[in-house]
Amino acid sequence: MSRRRPVGVGAIKGKNIAQARFKDKGSEIADDQFAQMTKQMETFKTYLEEFTTKHKDDIKKNPAFRAQFQEMCAAVGVDPLASSKGFWAEMLGVGDFYYELGVQIIEVCLATSHRNGGLISIEELRERLIKSRSKKSQEISYDDLLRAIKKLKALGNGFTVLTVGNTYMVQSVPGELTLDHTTVIQHAQKAFYVTKSMLIKDLKWEAERASRALNFLVKEGLAWVDDQDSERQFWFPSLYTASLSVNT
Amino acid sequence: MNRFQWGDTNLSLGEDSLTNQTGIALYDGESKTNFEGGVANITSHRLVWKEQYGRTTCLSLPLSLVQRLEEQASGFAKSAKIVVHLSSPVSGQQAGPASSSKYDYIRLSFRDGGQQEFLRYLVQALREKKWEKKYVPPAPPGAPPGAVAGRHRPGIVGIERSIQQKQQQTDTSIDQSFQDLKKLMEKAQEMVSLSKSIVTKIRDKQGEITEDETIKFKSYLLSMGIPNPVTKETHGTGDKYYRELAKELASVLEKPIKDCGGMMTMTDVYCRVNRARGMELISPEDLLNACETFEELRLPIKLRRFESGVMVLQSSTHSEEEVIKKTTEVVESKGSLTAEELAQNIGLSVILAKERLLLTERVGGVCRDDSEEGLRFYPNLLLTKT
Repeated sequence: MSRRRPVGVGAIKGKNIAQARFKDKGSEIADDQFAQMTKQMETFKTYLEEFTTKHKDDIKKNPAFRAQFQEMCAAVGVDPLASSKGFWAEMLGVGDFYYELGVQIIEVCLATSHRNGGLISIEELRERLIKSRSKKSQEISYDDLLRAIKKLKALGNGFTVLTVGNTYMVQSVPGELTLDHTTVIQHAQKAFYVTKSMLIKDLKWEAERASRALNFLVKEGLAWVDDQDSERQFWFPSLYTASLSVNT
Repeated sequence: MNRFQWGDTNLSLGEDSLTNQTGIALYDGESKTNFEGGVANITSHRLVWKEQYGRTTCLSLPLSLVQRLEEQASGFAKSAKIVVHLSSPVSGQQAGPASSSKYDYIRLSFRDGGQQEFLRYLVQALREKKWEKKYVPPAPPGAPPGAVAGRHRPGIVGIERSIQQKQQQTDTSIDQSFQDLKKLMEKAQEMVSLSKSIVTKIRDKQGEITEDETIKFKSYLLSMGIPNPVTKETHGTGDKYYRELAKELASVLEKPIKDCGGMMTMTDVYCRVNRARGMELISPEDLLNACETFEELRLPIKLRRFESGVMVLQSSTHSEEEVIKKTTEVVESKGSLTAEELAQNIGLSVILAKERLLLTERVGGVCRDDSEEGLRFYPNLLLTKT
């Protein structure tokens, strides 16, 4: 029988150090692998973007491959639409360019509407479009955006360009579907009134969004205006009287 | 008969048993043998015959020797048979029941029937040729591939090297596949899986592949792909095209419309549909024309125009009677309601809530009280309390 060598403090320390080193090495390898993966995904993106511009028609011809190509685009987040504007699109507005841009514009509006209530400035819209479009695609101007939106007119008034000061805002959620008005009324429940700055501060709304919602409520007769204070107050008589009847 | 070896029924590595059949007699070519009333077993590698009762004798024939099969139908006092034509015995074969034979075939006689099924499995085993494939044991989970094969324990450097090798392989396979369109088409499925696995791994580590909400949303929309979009090339022009398109729209949109409260603006629809179609864009005009045919085709969604000029698609289950009934119920349970209260109550826009109340009023479900405090609706006691 062999006696086990007793373990000294030095051995325990050594073991701990070794374990710590293994751990370091392990996370180092994992980090390295992650960096490689990210690189591979970027490679994928670049290739896919190149193929969408170069081989669009060939890809469209083969249904099975088209489905697979779309699956890849979906996985790594590449936009398969990257038509160039060309002469005829520029002159007559024909071709896929503006239709594609239309799809991309709506997409940005939909993706951000949970935050901005469907109201986005044309500057922000363009910036987001450039980020989400294929890196190989053509540069887009404000004029391109307005032309693309004009092409959507056939789909009704749900999507409109508003002139605000000397710039434009795009509204993608029509009054029929917005919950902004309800939110304003809810917000007024405590004090029976709201002001524009309250909405901007508490709900983190843009000034334009707040005034549109308030103007609608006044127009519909749901809110009453009180200009006695330094800032215009919007009172909701229905809330006010409802609370009175509860109290008595 | 000399191709048979004495054997056992134990399966070797990678060998699967396919089927058993009782009541089998073996013929050496045309002549009967003593091997009667046994169980024949087909495995992926062999044909095994075993005595049914004594269970001592067991013969095995490698399927690699089988050249072709022939069926002999049953007749008067004759069982159905399968003729198995064999190639000449390999040298160095293990001992069998016969050292030589004048026939190059054996016959299996099916005294209990079942030859059809037996033949099917035999053909399958011959087609798969599993005996030719080298058996690869399934890798133990978690072990890095390539690292186990080495004679030495790999150590950290070994692990690092094997990871690096694998990454290089992936890099080159991506580069090669994307050399030109033809190559990519050949390797498409592989690349689809690869892209997905990379993204999944990145997601596991980082949560999302991108912070950009538009790109996330785009990925989501694209993943709803329509495999065979209706196009003018495939479905003609005019009404026929629009009707086919309408059917496609209904199948793609029914669920998303329900998910977002039974109503979706046409622009929203336009974006979703075109994203799902990938590169086969449709124009706003075509979309509108297709939507006009919904009612005629009795599809579960319908196009609706508001007075303001806003157009939406709405699920048809969202019928007027249903709306009226529900609105009446809500007003009754609350005592009285204004449009904005109803909007809060059912999570709808104020305009739509008002519209619902006015609709209900029109059929006598509620009554209005129009005062300076606003328009308030009460249950219609004039009709209900009589």
